[in-house]
Amino acid sequence: MTGLLAGLDGGKLLRHVLGAVLITFLMTSLIVGLELVATQTGLSLRPRYHIVLYCVVVVALGSAAVFALVERSWRLPMLVGVVLAALLLVPLLTGNLDSDLAFLLPFPVAPLNWLALFLPAFILMRAGQLAYASARPPAAAARRRELSRTGKLISMGLGLLLILAAFAFPVSPWGSRQLVDILTIVLIYIMLGWGLNIVVGLAGLLDLGYVAFYAVGAYSYALLSEYFGWSFWVCLPLAGLFAASFGIVLGFPVLRLRGDYLAIVTLGFGEIIRVVLINWYEFTGGPDGIGGIPRPSFFGLPFQANAPKGGGETFASFFGLSFDPYHRIAFLYYVILVLALFTNWFTIRIRKLPIGRAWEALREDEIACRALGLNPTNVKLAAFGIGAMFAGFAGSFFAARQGFISPESFVFIESAVILSIVVLGGLGSQLGIVFSAAILIGLPEFFRELEDYRMLAFGLVMVLIMIWKPTGLVSHRDPTIRLHPRGDGR
Amino acid sequence: MLVIEGIHAFYGRIEALKGVSLEVKQGEIVTLIGANGAGKSTLLMTICGQPRGQGGRIVLEGTDITAMSTHQIMRRGIAQSPEGRRVFPRMTVYENLQMGAINVDPAHFEGDIQRCFELFPILERRRGQRAGTLSGGEQQMLAIARAMMARPRLLLLDEPSLGLAPLIVRQIFSVIRELNQQGVTVLLVEQNAFHALKLAHRAYVLVNGQITMTGTGRQLLADPEVRRAYLEGGH
Ligand SMILES: Nc1ncnc2c1ncn2[C@@H]1O[C@H](COP(=O)(O)OP(=O)(O)OP(=O)(O)O)[C@@H](O)[C@H]1O
Ligand SMILES: [Mg+2]
Repeated sequence: MTGLLAGLDGGKLLRHVLGAVLITFLMTSLIVGLELVATQTGLSLRPRYHIVLYCVVVVALGSAAVFALVERSWRLPMLVGVVLAALLLVPLLTGNLDSDLAFLLPFPVAPLNWLALFLPAFILMRAGQLAYASARPPAAAARRRELSRTGKLISMGLGLLLILAAFAFPVSPWGSRQLVDILTIVLIYIMLGWGLNIVVGLAGLLDLGYVAFYAVGAYSYALLSEYFGWSFWVCLPLAGLFAASFGIVLGFPVLRLRGDYLAIVTLGFGEIIRVVLINWYEFTGGPDGIGGIPRPSFFGLPFQANAPKGGGETFASFFGLSFDPYHRIAFLYYVILVLALFTNWFTIRIRKLPIGRAWEALREDEIACRALGLNPTNVKLAAFGIGAMFAGFAGSFFAARQGFISPESFVFIESAVILSIVVLGGLGSQLGIVFSAAILIGLPEFFRELEDYRMLAFGLVMVLIMIWKPTGLVSHRDPTIRLHPRGDGR
Repeated sequence: MLVIEGIHAFYGRIEALKGVSLEVKQGEIVTLIGANGAGKSTLLMTICGQPRGQGGRIVLEGTDITAMSTHQIMRRGIAQSPEGRRVFPRMTVYENLQMGAINVDPAHFEGDIQRCFELFPILERRRGQRAGTLSGGEQQMLAIARAMMARPRLLLLDEPSLGLAPLIVRQIFSVIRELNQQGVTVLLVEQNAFHALKLAHRAYVLVNGQITMTGTGRQLLADPEVRRAYLEGGH
């Protein structure tokens, strides 16, 4: 046993695991640890200790394993020991959990269920570890470089895996209507997160009114289809274009401002758009919104039970399938998946181009950029416009999916949520945004039954992540905005 | 090449330059020396339009650039290695050099970066490292190399020897001479007056925002007042 423990920093391990356990405890006790039950006197909350305990154990083991991996002071047998312990302990605990956690644990056998929880926890912890390691001061430069290289490999592999899984999901046995629907929403936010990331993460411009461009996109499609009867596929690029023009028009006066001022003005702009939408009753339908927005078709084939009036085929009849509303839901899912992946691909590409480099440099030192002959206003305008364009795409998809939009959907809290996704993901990290969107959007959707309590939990989780991982969940590059000052970067 | 006539510059109400006139001719190395706070850095920055020069004129290759904005000026064949280096700390050495070449025809990039790596071999070994983690001297070399990547005809160097070991200082000065022989005109601000004056074709002394003396490098080196103020024991 002592051989196994040689070189192990016990105190560090303890601190590491305890930290993870504490956060898990707080998170789970608020998110899943309470159950809303109807009693004779009204609603009350019933604690579910066993679920909390379960999550704590899983995370404790996972974080210990990560510690073993990262510190490399543990030998392989120790790792095996941890895994074995997990194998023994967790199924023991899962015994009477299955009914409560059925929505999370889709597998028929306990070990698979355990893997389904343990692996994500493990990966998250590892991601956190990497973020932590890459946030160390320059003294650890050499090691950090090495870590961030493995980190890059890991996130690339993980990204590919996620993409494959995302494509396979709706046709897999787990692809239920409800789940695909939730994932569609998560994907909208992932796309919004990726779009905003161009503005905030890459160009370092704090935009608190991003939802305005989302609204412009949504209303572009809704109005164009209402007034001209244009289809989704025609309106999609137009919506992006409109949103981008709004971004540029807004950007001209605003981008001369810096930091706080920019944030406040963009926030104001977001509200102005919403107020205009509410008050311009004849054109936008005001607070009543716009309904009956047509759904996107599959190359002209609509997803309907019966053939359209003028004759022609539906998606189901064309492919000789019987009509199933699931087809439409899955199709919408694929549309947003492709849109989101396009956003991601675009961002990754543009980062390597001069304009992407210029954004990054601008974020670091505006005066030095100017001294290199860059016109900061133009460079920022490009970021603003491109970011707005993706919000426009997402907005028109949103309108098409909902079939109904109203100004209600574009309130400030939406901007705040999107920004949180970007910040929690680790500014500038594409994969981090996927995780944080899944956490911030996916989890609350799952736990809708908890109603307002989930907002409490949401706030707490955000605060905790900020304390715990000030650089975000995944970060290879240092972010612009840092909550804890550390040694002078220069 | 560069003609400055009676230029003033202000930081709020502080007048940092009080009517400075100076000329840099094509192919020269001109050195500017002066005590701390004399306004040397301010003069270099004013040439780049930040702060904007007032009351006089700055003419670059026959064009009046006094009223132009910084990014326009910097596209006219000027590059500056600013005081305090100002490299992009979280970008790699390579990316910093890419930023230097951002307004240059990409066809030149490979050749230019090879030349930088020849001048400063250490940078090639550090190409993937973040600039913020370089040593001070390495950052200084990077700042000069980044300025070179812009293919300037006029290079403004603000204290390139600051914080460098004597051996590296000599190396930097020989690089400057080499660049100059390749046709780059140099305006050099230095505290290391002895080296800088030896290198210079001509030199100016700046005191409290005004030029008090000018001559060839050799003349100023021999001048008793200059020797007392800037060479022997300093200030
Ligand atoms: N941004 C600023 N705001 C206000 N005053 C400034 C600013 N920059 C410089 N000054 C003032 O202008 C004067 C000239 O400064 P400058 O930096 O040009 O000196 P310098 O000759 O480069 O000195 P050194 O040799 O120490 O670098 C100083 O009195 C300084 O305090
Ligand atoms: Mg200075």
